[in-house]
Amino acid sequence: MASTYEPIATQTLGSAQATVTFSSISGTYTDLVLVATAASASGEPTISFQLNGDTGTNYSRTLLIGNGTTGTSERASSSTQGRISNSTGLTTTLGANATIAQFMNYSNSTTYKTVLARSNTTLYATEAIVNLWRNTAAITSIALFTNSGVNFAAGSIFTLYGIKAA
Amino acid sequence: MGTTFTKIASVSVGVLGASSIDFSSIPSTYTDLCVKISARDLAASGSLYVCVNGTTQTNQTMRRLEGSGSAASSDSQSSIFFPIDGSSQTSNTFANTEIYIPNYAGSTNKSMSIDNVTENNATQAFADLIAALWSQTTAINRLNFQCNSSFVQYSTATLYGVSKS
Repeated sequence: MASTYEPIATQTLGSAQATVTFSSISGTYTDLVLVATAASASGEPTISFQLNGDTGTNYSRTLLIGNGTTGTSERASSSTQGRISNSTGLTTTLGANATIAQFMNYSNSTTYKTVLARSNTTLYATEAIVNLWRNTAAITSIALFTNSGVNFAAGSIFTLYGIKAA
Repeated sequence: MGTTFTKIASVSVGVLGASSIDFSSIPSTYTDLCVKISARDLAASGSLYVCVNGTTQTNQTMRRLEGSGSAASSDSQSSIFFPIDGSSQTSNTFANTEIYIPNYAGSTNKSMSIDNVTENNATQAFADLIAALWSQTTAINRLNFQCNSSFVQYSTATLYGVSKS
């Protein structure tokens, strides 16, 4: 059977770090999956992302959030960042968050790109997020950072997989 | 490069049903675990309970966002469980669940991402997004799934190992 779910790269932070970047991503897969078990050096920030170094207001997102009491929805448009884990997503404790994001049909050069994410922190919330990047370029790099600028904690793990349709 | 989404074990419940579905002696050689479950409970109202490294639910918490077909709600629980189809739901329908456990063999507490749906040809059926936590730092070597009565025939569960290298 052909291999259809392949690791592209993994980064385990040996020290606190502000940005985690996956670059030179090959266009040979159909979709990308990012799995993160991350913590923050302080506070409860997001896991935000920018694609291909795009810092423009080309990102929008819709969120479903369950905080243990109520279910809510949020929306952001014309943002300078996407998010795969929203505010209060991370804690300072390693192992407290599990985030999985799917970059759909990432390598085509015709359509805008959708990123679906599930972020889970039992201390705060479970989240489902759909992001849109209004750019038709194939995704070749993913930069991850926090919205507050604090570092990801040492020991955080980020792994990028490629999925092939055939 | 080798395949990294590998089937570790699979269970298909036979005609006699099963009181639980058990994956034991899970090797620590993978990076993440993923379990895909299609299940139905013999009880009128079905539930699936997740037990880690044993057959009891200890050191667990979860937060859930649930849609019932008419409302969305959120709650917190001190154990990991969620609805599955039971005998009150439409015949031959099964709940479907994915449980993803990153870094299951690591030395930190174990977070889980759980997506679950029930099926029913009626006004009420559930969709659940769950953040779950097993607050233990030991590696996960066993996943045991229980329900209110017994899993009916044709319930299935498959455990996959995901490797980053």
